[in-house]
Amino acid sequence: MSPAPTLAVVGAGPAGLSAALAAALRGVRVTLLDSAAQAGGQFYRQPAEALGARHPKALHHQWRTWERLRDGLAQQVSAGRVQHMTERHVWFVERVGEVPEGRDPGNPDGRGPGGSDRRHFAVHALPGPEQEDSVAVYADAVVLATGGYEKVLPFPGWTLPGVLTAGGAQAMLKGGLVLPGRTAVVAGAGPLLMPVAVGLAAAGAEVAALVEAAGPSHFAGRSAALAAHPDKLAEGVGYLAQLLRHRVPLAARHTVVEAHGKDSVEAVTIAALDPAGRVRPGTERRIACDTLAVGHGMLPHTDLAEGLGCRVDGVNVAVDAEQRTDVPGVWAAGETIGIGGAALSLAEGHIAGRSAAARLRGAAPDPRTWAAAAKSRTRARKFAAALAAVYVPPAHWAEQLRDDTLVCRCEEVPASAVREAVEELGATDARSVKLLTRAGMGWCQGRMCSAAVAGLAGCEERSARRPFARPVPLGVLARATDEQAPEGGPADDEQNPS
Amino acid sequence: MSKRTPLNLAGARPGPPHTVTFDGREIPALPGQTVAAALWTAGVVSWRTTRHRGEPRGVFCGIGVCFDCLVEVNGRINQRACLVPAAPGDEIRTQDGDGHGVDGPGERR
Amino acid sequence: MVGAACALYAARAGFSVVLVDRGPVAGGTTGSGEGNLLVSDKEPGPELELALLSGRLWSRLAAEPGLGASIEFEAKGGVVVASSGEGLAALGEFAAGQRDAGVDARVVTDAELYELEPHLAPGTPGGVFYPQDCQVMPSLAAAQLVRTARGLGARLLTGRTVTAVLRTTGGEVRGVRTDHGEIHAPYVVNAAGTWGGDVAALAGVRLPVLPRRGFVLVTEPLPRMVRHKVYAADYVADVASGSAALQTSPVVEGTAAGPVLIGASRERVGFDRSFSLPVMRALAAGATRLFPFLAGVSAMRAYVGFRPYMPDHLPAIGADSRVPGLFHACGHEGAGIGLAAGTGHLIAQVMAGGVPDLDLTPFRPDRFADSPAEEAS
Repeated sequence: MSPAPTLAVVGAGPAGLSAALAAALRGVRVTLLDSAAQAGGQFYRQPAEALGARHPKALHHQWRTWERLRDGLAQQVSAGRVQHMTERHVWFVERVGEVPEGRDPGNPDGRGPGGSDRRHFAVHALPGPEQEDSVAVYADAVVLATGGYEKVLPFPGWTLPGVLTAGGAQAMLKGGLVLPGRTAVVAGAGPLLMPVAVGLAAAGAEVAALVEAAGPSHFAGRSAALAAHPDKLAEGVGYLAQLLRHRVPLAARHTVVEAHGKDSVEAVTIAALDPAGRVRPGTERRIACDTLAVGHGMLPHTDLAEGLGCRVDGVNVAVDAEQRTDVPGVWAAGETIGIGGAALSLAEGHIAGRSAAARLRGAAPDPRTWAAAAKSRTRARKFAAALAAVYVPPAHWAEQLRDDTLVCRCEEVPASAVREAVEELGATDARSVKLLTRAGMGWCQGRMCSAAVAGLAGCEERSARRPFARPVPLGVLARATDEQAPEGGPADDEQNPS
Repeated sequence: MSKRTPLNLAGARPGPPHTVTFDGREIPALPGQTVAAALWTAGVVSWRTTRHRGEPRGVFCGIGVCFDCLVEVNGRINQRACLVPAAPGDEIRTQDGDGHGVDGPGERR
Repeated sequence: MVGAACALYAARAGFSVVLVDRGPVAGGTTGSGEGNLLVSDKEPGPELELALLSGRLWSRLAAEPGLGASIEFEAKGGVVVASSGEGLAALGEFAAGQRDAGVDARVVTDAELYELEPHLAPGTPGGVFYPQDCQVMPSLAAAQLVRTARGLGARLLTGRTVTAVLRTTGGEVRGVRTDHGEIHAPYVVNAAGTWGGDVAALAGVRLPVLPRRGFVLVTEPLPRMVRHKVYAADYVADVASGSAALQTSPVVEGTAAGPVLIGASRERVGFDRSFSLPVMRALAAGATRLFPFLAGVSAMRAYVGFRPYMPDHLPAIGADSRVPGLFHACGHEGAGIGLAAGTGHLIAQVMAGGVPDLDLTPFRPDRFADSPAEEAS
């Protein structure tokens, strides 16, 4: 009997969970790696267990879907088909032909758990929270479900403490059951802002304003595309009702022009936008707050895919109808291939898991078997495209930047330096701006400033090549190989978290 | 009716709080909370100063991507406060500049 | 970088200059370099002479108002570390030869070495200190030289690809065609670096420039822990080698901006940009052997570049006897930043019809004309 093929799934959000379950149910041994202590990803981020939350549902939407995923995972873990490795910060996925001798101290015969001696991929991860060591998980195939992170365009004052991403405010609320302050302004552009405002208000914050760059006319133009999704519309109406209930004033077609404060944010100035996306002079108004939660959409995490040499279109990992990247053995699902929300991630993950399961057995999958997921994927992609067209950041956001406004938070590169690189030093793309200014060379490796730099340089936003998905201690890198992660049942893993 | 707080909203029944220190000052923390969550609860929103301008920073992305919330915990620098759980007795310190002090890595403490 | 230097020195010599690049300024190998201005790794010969000339010119450029700081010029000095007593003796011999050629090369004892680099691994027998080794931030250096040239009237055209070298019926160069129109000039300087062979081919001549891949690892920002450019003695042998196989030898240096740069790998694998974990591991291992404290320091990123490699490790500098009006200034392998100043200066001299400060015979671009065509690896 041939051993069960193995699949490593990176990311335990909706896409990764869906892929892991679909593959495990079809006879694949799955290792699910995620940086968090609990499954769920950003969308279904759970309160830390020790907080003893009895109603985490109150923090979430689409709770039933989560219950289905959570229970499915628990079942597969106890059946030994899925190994869930928590707090594993994957820094690189390496293509390896086979396990070289001596690489496998846990299995002196050099064989994997099923007795197979071939492994195509090594998934290198730093066990957290220390992230001072590295272990490797070997697998025949990989599903990348690394999700996305929030994009923020700069404005004067955006580096003040108390200014944070909308998703960050939500993550801290869901995971740590804490609020950043008492009075919050939620601002930017995108479908995330409403749930964040509602969430903060429900948890006791005074939300002094929800400032959204999009206006009613944007929705009107897309009403047909949006109306095709009555469930989503109902969700939106629900949020509006809750905003009303919590007395959150909605400032549509507005933008934050500045955050004020000395050591932390004390107020923001917002202003109305004209049809071209410029601030209307004279409409500025100041709102006192101690928190500004801001976001202008999302960007995919593509580092692992790029390290593997997968093709990336613009900022998204490119996949085919089966969710395969152009590197054999590598699938990708969820927001790493394009921002589209949890429902889309679930559908893509499901298809990726089924396709991988079939192909790992040497069979061409029959797409008819996942027709429902494919249909839901098509619908969700259309809806995501319509949303993306509605929620556009103000076209002329860069006009708000003063010369000394930082663009790169890590390396503290001001707007004037970026402008000088473009106007006087011959930079014409994000890479040359980076080389000439250091914007994007710091700890976050440009994740926080790449959109702004591209905007200021007047070039298309593209993913930056980041060989390491996270910083790696040189002492870890200096080793010839990483130790293989301990294999075994979930009970073992719980007793030996690293 | 109880006050609207995140803990009440989620029906949380955390264990008894423990104590950590921030720059020598004792602050309470709930089991399971990250360093950032504990500091926020204590009203602290910044715990790092930048290398060039010396500006204060705290949580920005909240999910471990931006590295703005770097902090020193028990002598280990460059810890992301939004990821690292606060353990009883942790000594949390403001991280200045690159965090390595004047003597550099390997020579502190 | 070399093109920027050629543009600057030509503009200063009174030429009307148009600088054309298919990408941005510093978009090629320049942007992937460490910015070394080295004499330490060069054995006596024409390349060392060019390096010494370049060093003098770089120092002069750096002394110009505003320029030194804007290109992060640093006369940091280089330290070559021996791994054994025997190695130290060999290094000393190498240094003696360099001294005869005019290099300031000082053999240092272990005690002196630790004074220069206090964080070096214990047990190092000694090394050689080269005060003339310097560093610039290469992208800024190129950009600032271009900016200075533009101040003298030079035109910069980025995002334009040269598609043909235009010739008169007599065979003389009369300009280039780009994807955005023609540029007419009696002289064309090929400073296309690793892609210099392609530009030469547009003029109908062969110039065997091949890519030799290198990775650089970059750490988190640190206080100044590594003060000089520090490398192990085997680096010199690797630089001089022509092997296609992977070679790594530790090269470690701190930068003005904070991060430590770690090199150096050499491979001839064509223009393959894919990331190689084994190379990263080898670089990290070499660096932590030299500086054990680095084991606890994080690598934040790595970048890849393609050195323009020529079979005899010497650049092509000067007029191409096969095409009147065509000059070459490329093929500097890993030394292009350092050698740029001298190259630009010499090119301007010969274009103006003067006698160059250095004998350009060893750098003749047509010296490979009769050798068999090499397979691009």
